[in-house]
Amino acid sequence: MSATRGRAPLIKVKRAYGDVVEGVALVSREGFSPRYDLDRWSGLISRPGHALEGHSLKDKILIMPSAKGGIAAGWAFYDIKHKGIAPKAFVFGVTNPVMVQGAVFAGITITEGWSRDPYRWIETGDIVRVDPKRKTIQRVQSRP
Amino acid sequence: MRLSPDERKMLRGDKGAAAKEALELQIAVGKFFGARRLVPVTNVHMMGDIEVMGDSGKAFLERMTRLNARCVVTTTTNARCIDFDYVAKLRQDPREAEKEKQLIAYLRRMDVVTADTCINYQTLYQPHQGEHVAWGDTGTVIYANSVFGARSNFEAGPAALAAGITGRVPEYGFHLDRHRRGNFQVDLKADLGDLADWGALGKLVGESHQNYFAVPVFSGVKRGPSADQLKHLGASLASYGSMGMFHMVGVTPEAPTLKAAFGGARPKEVLTVTNRDIERVYAGYSAKGNPLNLVVFSGPQQSLFEMKTLASLLDGKKVKAGSHLFVTTSNGVKSAARQLGYLQSIEAAGGIVLEGVCFYILQNIAQMRTQNAWSNLVTNSAKLANIIGAHKFNTLLRRTADCVRIAVTGEER
Repeated sequence: MSATRGRAPLIKVKRAYGDVVEGVALVSREGFSPRYDLDRWSGLISRPGHALEGHSLKDKILIMPSAKGGIAAGWAFYDIKHKGIAPKAFVFGVTNPVMVQGAVFAGITITEGWSRDPYRWIETGDIVRVDPKRKTIQRVQSRP
Repeated sequence: MRLSPDERKMLRGDKGAAAKEALELQIAVGKFFGARRLVPVTNVHMMGDIEVMGDSGKAFLERMTRLNARCVVTTTTNARCIDFDYVAKLRQDPREAEKEKQLIAYLRRMDVVTADTCINYQTLYQPHQGEHVAWGDTGTVIYANSVFGARSNFEAGPAALAAGITGRVPEYGFHLDRHRRGNFQVDLKADLGDLADWGALGKLVGESHQNYFAVPVFSGVKRGPSADQLKHLGASLASYGSMGMFHMVGVTPEAPTLKAAFGGARPKEVLTVTNRDIERVYAGYSAKGNPLNLVVFSGPQQSLFEMKTLASLLDGKKVKAGSHLFVTTSNGVKSAARQLGYLQSIEAAGGIVLEGVCFYILQNIAQMRTQNAWSNLVTNSAKLANIIGAHKFNTLLRRTADCVRIAVTGEER
């Protein structure tokens, strides 16, 4: 997978909540659940075989196509936020209410839907800005 | 969002700081999803235990009790992480058990009924068609929407508690007619006998359509499925697909006909599931050369009828020395199973029956795995086979009788 370099366009998101954040992108082609896939003590993706296995979520802009089941996400986001290992934002293609309720409760920025394929423009390590007020995401700096 | 005079008062703080805070959370979530108003709910089911919540969640509950938070509609709890009778036997952390007790006390002070079950729909509350509820544990939600025709979104712990405190939820998702219509069809050519077959079906459909708003319509069902079969199907769809609703033509209340299930629209896609597809699901699991020394019936908790089946399959047998067989159920079901002798049959065979918990959220589960040299987990629950992965178990989905045979012999065949 290689994202198109050069000037990245603004990507509009369909729905958004939270503060404007900027951080390092962590891009996954696989969906995510903080219960099924995450070690909530280390903040590392722990599920064997997950596309992001071994990666830390801390302070990342996590870009994923979908959410996976799991009501417990609601408390889990609050938990990882208080442990200081939460990502700065969740950028979902499609999400579910649990992720939104959990992110709102924990005060983590979250968005859903995208006007153009972020996988074409953003790759892991890029610096990305998420602006819930304007409902946009954008690569502001390519990875070194 | 349009608020009623009562809701405006709540938002001003006239009904206390806890209700204000709860409503603010609900409004933020409602705005995200474009909800226009809130709707009253009659029943709330919430997840809240120390393994899931951690110290920060417990501190939140403590703060809410200090703010005199009270639930205004009947509110029950989902399965938790500790069966207090088994803390020492399972080598769980007594400090965490103590925190769990405090957490339960906070919930009771908020008038939450700590029933600790994920099969509330079988044992505690059966909403009627069109009734708005706020349930957590995805398996409970998909059952409410699909089998009862009630209306709920997935409500995470804090969101469900907020609904208990305000007595309402933002109106989006499955509270609205437009999201309840089917959008793809699954034509069943498979026989689907054992509970695990229904879970395997849920895996096939859920894994390939991961979307909360994907609503499958099952057609061609050969005989009316039992409540337990629908439970395993729903739990699996919700787990693999993050789905909150399905229809089954001639079975579920909003699907008297195929046409009705789709609200007059055409299915976007039609899948067919055959016996061969189901067998392929089973073939996808392997012991990878490691011992088959852990068999678990959990996720969801066992109904009384599942307990009866297990008692019958285990009658006169013994779990292999060095192997473990776990069963989780609710307090009510365990008590009835004791009255009926099912519990004694399972325990006499060496099975461990835990109440009020789910296996995958057991406090200390990851350490338990290493202490017992467990690598494989054999189960008839497709949901459990999916979710326990975060604790680094290799799972094998097998039919109920096969699971029991593995527990007794340690062998697949």
